[in-house]
Amino acid sequence: MDLTTILAAGIATGTILLFAALGEIFAERSGVLNLGVEGMMLMGAVVGFGVTVSTGQPWLGLALAMAAGGLLSLLHAVMVITFQADQVVSGLSLTFLGTGLARVMGEGLSKAGAISLLPKLTVPVVADVPILGAFVRDQSILVYVGYALVPLAWYWIHRTRQGLELRAIGEYPTAADALGVDVYRLRYRYVVVGGLLAGLAGATITLAIQPGWFGDLTVNGRGWIAVGLVIFAQWDPIRAAVGAYLFGAISRLLFDLQGPSDFFGVANPIFKDHSLTFFLEMVPYILVIVVLVVGSREAARKRLGAPAALGRPFIRGERGA
Amino acid sequence: MTPAAAPRRSVTRTPVEVRLERRLEVPHWLGGATTAGAIVFALALSALIIAIVGGDPVKTYLHIVTAAFGGPGVISDTLVTATPLILTGVACALAFRMHLWNIGAEGQFFLGAWGASAVVLVPLLPPGTPGIVLIPAMMLAGFVCGALWGLIPGLLKARYGVNEIIVTLMLNYVAIAWNLYWVFGPWSEGGFQLTRQFPRSSWLPRLTDLASIDRAFSGLTVHLGFVIAVAVAVMVAFVLRRTRWGYEVKLIGDSPQAARYAGIDIARMTILVFAISGGVAGLAGVSEVAGVVHRLQGAISPGYGFTAIIVAYLAKFDPLKVIVAAIFFGALTLAGREIQPSGIPAMIQGILLFSLIGSEVLLRYRIRFVRRIG
Repeated sequence: MDLTTILAAGIATGTILLFAALGEIFAERSGVLNLGVEGMMLMGAVVGFGVTVSTGQPWLGLALAMAAGGLLSLLHAVMVITFQADQVVSGLSLTFLGTGLARVMGEGLSKAGAISLLPKLTVPVVADVPILGAFVRDQSILVYVGYALVPLAWYWIHRTRQGLELRAIGEYPTAADALGVDVYRLRYRYVVVGGLLAGLAGATITLAIQPGWFGDLTVNGRGWIAVGLVIFAQWDPIRAAVGAYLFGAISRLLFDLQGPSDFFGVANPIFKDHSLTFFLEMVPYILVIVVLVVGSREAARKRLGAPAALGRPFIRGERGA
Repeated sequence: MTPAAAPRRSVTRTPVEVRLERRLEVPHWLGGATTAGAIVFALALSALIIAIVGGDPVKTYLHIVTAAFGGPGVISDTLVTATPLILTGVACALAFRMHLWNIGAEGQFFLGAWGASAVVLVPLLPPGTPGIVLIPAMMLAGFVCGALWGLIPGLLKARYGVNEIIVTLMLNYVAIAWNLYWVFGPWSEGGFQLTRQFPRSSWLPRLTDLASIDRAFSGLTVHLGFVIAVAVAVMVAFVLRRTRWGYEVKLIGDSPQAARYAGIDIARMTILVFAISGGVAGLAGVSEVAGVVHRLQGAISPGYGFTAIIVAYLAKFDPLKVIVAAIFFGALTLAGREIQPSGIPAMIQGILLFSLIGSEVLLRYRIRFVRRIG
C-alpha cells in the first residue's frame, strides 16, 4: 500500500468514469439529460467483451462497443428530441433496456476466461519520475486516450465556434435557433457522442482495466457515479478528470485498507471482522452524495449552474426560454 | 413557422415530410388504446429479440402465462410476488405524481426489511411477544426506517437543491451494503448470509394457515401483506383524489409555478412526500420478511424497487392502477425466474417502458405525413 500504486490504479479505474462523464458533459451541455449512462456502459462492456471473445480482436470489440452505446443513445435522442418525451423517464428506460439486453447478450460470457486485452504502454524516462511516473507507467492505451481527450474536450467546448453553438443550444436554444443554429441536429449529434463515450467507458472496463463479464456487477453503478460526477464537475472536462481520477484513487485506497492487520501499530478493525468491509463499500456512494451537496452550494455561491435549458425539450416555433 | 425555415424540421429528405402536430383534444379512448398498443408492441419486439438470440418466443410467453396464472397455486404465488411491487409501486407513484424522482424504492425496501428484522433480532420487543403486538411493531419500525431513508434525499433536495435521482440511487447501494453487513455480521446464522428464522408469532397470516378448515387452501402462500398493500394503494388513491393535501401534490407536479403562487410550501411538501414514499416502500420490505422469507437475508429483492418505477409509470401514477400493473409484473417476475437467458424479463421491462413513453407521443401529437411543395 504505497501512494504510487494507489495513484496508478486510481488513474486506471478513473479513466472508466472519465469517459462516461465526458460523454454526459457533451449531452448535457447541449441541453439533453441522459440518465441511461449505466445501461449504455453495460452494453459497451458486454459487446466489447463478447466480440473480443469470439474474434480475438479487442480493437474491433472496442469499436463495436462504442457503436452499441451510440445506437442506444440514438434511441434516447429520438424519444426526447423528436418526440419530446420526458428526459428523466426516457433515460431511466434506457438504463433498464441496456441492462436487460446486456444480460441477455452476456449469457455464458462469465465463463469465457482470459481474452486478449488492449495493449499497455510505458513512456520511457518520465515513468521513472517519482509519483508523476505513475501516470505513464504500464498504463492501458485507453488511459492515454483519456489524457488526450480532456484538453480536447475543454478546447472544443470553450474555444471553438462549434463549442459556442453547443453551449448556446444548452443555455438558450431559442436564441441559437434565431441565429441559424440547427438545434435539433446538434442535440442529436451530442447525445450520440455521449453514447459513443459511454460505450467506450464500458469497453474500458472489460477490455483494459477489469476484464471479465460479471453481469450487472461489471459496471456496478459506475454509470450513475459518472452522472453525479458531471454535476460535481460543473460541466467542465478538466474538473471531471480531476474528480474521476480522485474517485478512482479513493476506491483503490478503500480496497487496500482491507489488507493489513494494523496501521502503525493500531489494530485494523476490518482485518478482525471482515463484515465491516461493507461499510467501506458504502463510501464511494456516500462520497458522491457529499460531493453533490458541496458542489451545489459552491455552484450557488459562484452562480454557476447547469445549462439553463437542461432537461427541457426545444420546440421550434413555440416561445420559451 | 416561417416558410423558409420549414424544410429544416423535416425528419427525412424525401418529398414527404413527417410532422408532429400537437393535439388540441385527446379522445378519451385513446389513453387506454395507446397503452394496450404499447404493451402489444413491446411483447412483439421482445419476441423478435428472443428469437434472434435463439430462444422460442411462443414457448417463453406460454410459459409465463401458465407459470403465473395456470392454477390456484401459481396465482397465489403471483399475488405474493405482486405484493412488494404494489407497495413500492405506490411509493413511486406518489413521489412521481409530484415530479419527485424517487428511484430509491429499492433501498427504502431494504431499510424497511431491516427495521422489521431489528424488532425481532435486536430484539426491540421481548421474545414471546404475541403476534398482535409484534407484527404492528414490525410494520411501524419498517415504515419509520424506510421513511428516514426517504427523508435524506427529500431534505437534500429541499434544502440544497441536490438532484434526488442521483442521491436515491446512491442510497440504494448504501442500503444494500448496510443490509449485507448485518446478515453477514452481527445477525449471521453460522456464517451464512442470512439470519435465523423468525418466531411464528412474527409471521403474517397466510391462506395456507386455513388448510385445517378447508383442504383447498393448502399450499396457498398468499399472505396478509397483499391485503395491506391493496389497502395502502386505496388509501393513497383516496388522499390524492379527495383531499386538499393530495390536490397540492398534484398541483406541484403539474405546475410548480402555480403551486408557489397558491402559497404552497414546496420544500415542506418535498420532504413530507419523500418520507411517506420511503415509508410505503419500507412496508414492502416488512411484508417480504414477515410474509414470505421469515428471516433477513442478503438476496431479498430481485429488484422490486426498480420494477416499481415501470409499474408506477404503466399505471400513469394512479395508485389503483398500480395494483393491476403490479400483478402483471409480478407474473413476469415470477415466471421469469425460470426463463433462460436470465436477462429476458429485465429486457422486456426495458422495451415495455420505452414503448410506453413512445406511445405517449401519439397521445400528445398527431403524426402527419405532409407532401412538400417545391
